[in-house]
Amino acid sequence: MCDTCGCNITPGNKHLIKEGGKLSLASNGKTSVSVLKNLMSENDHVATHNRQHFDKHNVLAINLMSSPGSGKTALLETTIQQLKTQFRIAVIEGDLETENDAERIRNQGVPAIQITTGSACHLDAHMVHNALHKLSLADLDIVFIENVGNLVCPASFDLGQHLNITLLSVTEGDDKPAKYPVIFRVADLMLLSKTDLLDVLDDFDTAKAEHNLRQLASSAAVLECSARRGDGIANWIDWLKQQVAAQIVRLEKGQSLKPAIQANDARLHGNEPHIHDHSQA
Amino acid sequence: MHELSICRQIISQVKQIVQQQKASAVESITLNIGPLSGVEAALLKQAFPFAAAHTIAENSELIIEELPVVIQCNQCGMKTSTLPNRLVCSHCGNYHTQLISGDEMLLASVELIKKNPSLEANYV
Repeated sequence: MCDTCGCNITPGNKHLIKEGGKLSLASNGKTSVSVLKNLMSENDHVATHNRQHFDKHNVLAINLMSSPGSGKTALLETTIQQLKTQFRIAVIEGDLETENDAERIRNQGVPAIQITTGSACHLDAHMVHNALHKLSLADLDIVFIENVGNLVCPASFDLGQHLNITLLSVTEGDDKPAKYPVIFRVADLMLLSKTDLLDVLDDFDTAKAEHNLRQLASSAAVLECSARRGDGIANWIDWLKQQVAAQIVRLEKGQSLKPAIQANDARLHGNEPHIHDHSQA
Repeated sequence: MHELSICRQIISQVKQIVQQQKASAVESITLNIGPLSGVEAALLKQAFPFAAAHTIAENSELIIEELPVVIQCNQCGMKTSTLPNRLVCSHCGNYHTQLISGDEMLLASVELIKKNPSLEANYV
């Protein structure tokens, strides 16, 4: 997508820059400059760079997003136990404070880089880029990025990952995809976690959770698992292996992958600013 | 609460445009924001003065155009305005729809005051 041909002008905004539209007009002595540049362009530029790093080293990068406490780290611990003999794994951990999660991952015998964001509620592409310099990508097959526990902000920042996974623990309620559409819409997989608790929680309906996801026009896979009891972990591991295999096929074809955001989204537009000066027209 | 960092990004983009256009002041900054972008217009408005303080945009007005969520169905072709959490076709129920508008997070335009408009006009 580019600014050259004007394809970032969507039906939603084109009336603004049409002749006579409010952005095409300039009041006396002033210049109105139409830009239509994505506010995330700086972040997205670094994210693209990160993705190229991953691709160059044949690494699959997966971004895990969820509320705090929905079991991202526990899932990673179980996943590493199951897969560390087959794949070389590393984890980038995002939290406001502490090295706790990175230490839990290191206890599983794989490298972990902790990013402490201070008060920032999400990881951005720059933070991940800095963390990548501390990892030896040539010696890795999968990098998991465990985002800051937050069901809002992480969805807006491309980190350079290939896939987004949004976890929804069954204690949170099956209406979360309807309440937080932005983060569930960008998921390639919705993973329902802590399903061992379904025995005692009669108000979480997995079919309803999936229905709410489908209402977002999402065709993402939905899996259920309990990292504590091991239920559904085999399916999750199978899904992961398929994704690693798909990444190898893509790289052989010289292709890359962005998470499940439609390719023609205006949100992803915005390269160099395309400036129309209407004042002297 | 990433609205402040978005505001800083706005200021940085506006600064570049001011330099390119050799402008002396920024009258207004217009954004296009869709509900699926993940940023809140009201919070951006609150954060903007903090990011703009002591910059060229200090006294400029932040105008936010909130765009509707519009989808088009891949099956029946129906185009509908809808809610952020109802992105299936309301006509035929298909969930293979295309988001036409609603996730924009764009710097749409800036209104600038040029250093010497009459001189600039002579160069055209």
